[in-house]
Amino acid sequence: MNINLTLLGQTIGMIVFVWLTMRYIWPPVMNAIEKRRQEIADGIAAGEKGQRELADARHGSDAIMQEARQKAVQVVDLAHKRSSELVGEAKHVAVAEGERLVSAARTEISNEQTRARDGLRREVAALAVSGAARLLGREVDAKTHAALLDELAAELEKQAPKHG
Amino acid sequence: MAEAGLTSGEYIVHHLQNLTVCKANGEWVWNQCEGNFYAMNVDSMFFALFLGLVFLTLFGRVAKRATTGVPGKLQTLVEIVVGFVDQSVRETFHGKSNVIAPLALTLFCWVFLMNLMDLIPVDWLPWAAHHVGIEHLRVVPTTDVNVTFAMSISVFILTIFYSIKIKGIGGFTKELTLTPFNHWAAIPFNLILEGVSLIAKPISLSLRLFGNMYAGELIFLLLALMGLYQVPLQLMWAGFHILIITLQAFIFMMLTIVYLSMAYETH
Repeated sequence: MNINLTLLGQTIGMIVFVWLTMRYIWPPVMNAIEKRRQEIADGIAAGEKGQRELADARHGSDAIMQEARQKAVQVVDLAHKRSSELVGEAKHVAVAEGERLVSAARTEISNEQTRARDGLRREVAALAVSGAARLLGREVDAKTHAALLDELAAELEKQAPKHG
Repeated sequence: MAEAGLTSGEYIVHHLQNLTVCKANGEWVWNQCEGNFYAMNVDSMFFALFLGLVFLTLFGRVAKRATTGVPGKLQTLVEIVVGFVDQSVRETFHGKSNVIAPLALTLFCWVFLMNLMDLIPVDWLPWAAHHVGIEHLRVVPTTDVNVTFAMSISVFILTIFYSIKIKGIGGFTKELTLTPFNHWAAIPFNLILEGVSLIAKPISLSLRLFGNMYAGELIFLLLALMGLYQVPLQLMWAGFHILIITLQAFIFMMLTIVYLSMAYETH
């Protein structure tokens, strides 16, 4: 419990230690703490900004999706309309074609009919002539009896619709 | 335990004796320096400087490699302490000074480490010293009144220096003579009052620390006299003492900051 030179020694030691702390310890450590604090603050701010941007982007993407969906619906509608139009058109064409074919067939048939009737008539006439020749015992001259034959043919013609 | 052949009283007195060196009659002598100012408590000086160097090395290493990225465990510890001191200084001290925060950090860590020596069982180091021929050894520098006074007087001088620097010699003199009663007739009274409160600061600062640590060490010594029963008691007291050690280091630092901020404040 004596006051002695230790007092002075300790004072000098303390001054040196405080000076060393002031010079070499406090500034770098405080600097590191402050810098890290700034970095953390920046990081948090950046994170918040990113989140806000993400929310915005989500909002934008939602709008785009909605629009796309609407467009798709429109396109599908259009396609439906167009396809039904095409089908209707095709039906029209098909019906017309069918009618054309039927009428062509009909014409063909009637032509064939006429041709067959003519042929038949000619054959009947020839048969009638040959039958008459046999009956008369001589040859009927077609030229001389042309009038007769024509008459016969006309007769047949008159009767033809009844059988035709 | 006590060395053989010592009574309880002798044991305690022996343990409270510093290892002192001085020059007497032209010769260097050990432990015969009662009342001689030109003596040195070698043990206090050694442990104080050693612990100061421990603090400087520990913190200096971290400061040198301080990274702003992910800190290591030691750096985290250092940053917690530095941040704590910085916050304490900011809350109390509103002036601008590059000295106060490092001073507070040094005092806190140094006093804490010196107090911490109290937790080493009281006989270990003296016993080891005894076997290398050193008769007296006190391992806790803060139980030496020289050490605590040295620190408090340094703080006191710094306080006066800043008082004069901030307020000028006139302002400082006015503060001493014209408060609390601002009248020329009250100057002697004011001077006594302010003088006592000024002087009381360093004395109370050092004696508080010294008294707490001295009493703590004394209790450790008393417990050490109890034979085998001392073990649980020593552990309990050490447990309490951890709180005292930290608290006293904190109080010493805090009061230093308060005294210096009072020096900065202009009334």
